[in-house]
Amino acid sequence: MVPLAWYLIFSAALFCIGLFGVLARKNAVAILMGVELMLNSVNVNLVALWRYRVPSGIAGQVWAVIVIAVAAAEVAVGLGLFIALYRRRKTVVADDIDLMKW
Amino acid sequence: MSIQQILFIIVAAASLGSSLMVVTVRNLVHAALWLIATLGGIAILFVFLSAGFLAVAQVVIYIGAISILMIFTIMLTRNVADDTRRQISSTWPGALIVSIGLFAILVLMLSQWTEMAITAPDLPPNYDGLRMLGLALVAPNGYVLPFELASVLLLAALIGAIFVAWGRR
Repeated sequence: MVPLAWYLIFSAALFCIGLFGVLARKNAVAILMGVELMLNSVNVNLVALWRYRVPSGIAGQVWAVIVIAVAAAEVAVGLGLFIALYRRRKTVVADDIDLMKW
Repeated sequence: MSIQQILFIIVAAASLGSSLMVVTVRNLVHAALWLIATLGGIAILFVFLSAGFLAVAQVVIYIGAISILMIFTIMLTRNVADDTRRQISSTWPGALIVSIGLFAILVLMLSQWTEMAITAPDLPPNYDGLRMLGLALVAPNGYVLPFELASVLLLAALIGAIFVAWGRR
């Protein structure tokens, strides 16, 4: 059987890769992709701990379902914002979105 | 090494490799396709963890809906997403240091936890995880309030997204 440690280290690595994408990418859509990777790694963590620690309960899976629903809402609003931004400013590069700095 | 461990290593390595491609590749459409590969690998991991409903939800929601939305957005904002410009900002060494440092800290903390090597306990006989999950999501003494809150949040987010993206009339 696979030890619990492998799942936790896998999700830690995936979280850090997603964090690198969020911090280093220029395009706002690519930043959102990094956020998706981070949310997915959290889901792997939740489900692995549910399966290895409390398989008789169900709370881990319920939590993961809620995370998926919130991620879908976040992506819908984020991509709507990017499309509205592109209409007005013709850019989705995060460096160019500096209206608040004026 | 058992067959499950070999399968886990193959799937995990494929997922991590494609997630690295997601954050480094220049062409954003290719990044979205690598994201689909990563999400598919995670769906396989959910199957290994005997969370069948989550595996199906991952395929339907993430691969089927979220990735397609991302590809649509990349195409609608196309002329800034071309692959001639650099896609990584100039501060990427700092981001690399932060990510690797966080990973080192996490692995260090995990290695000090004593229950890291435990293997999964057997599921009880006649285990029906799907029925348990469905009942837990609608039972009054279960998780009906978070479930309804999530549905209200989704509705509000979708209406808000349509309103924001509608444009000036």
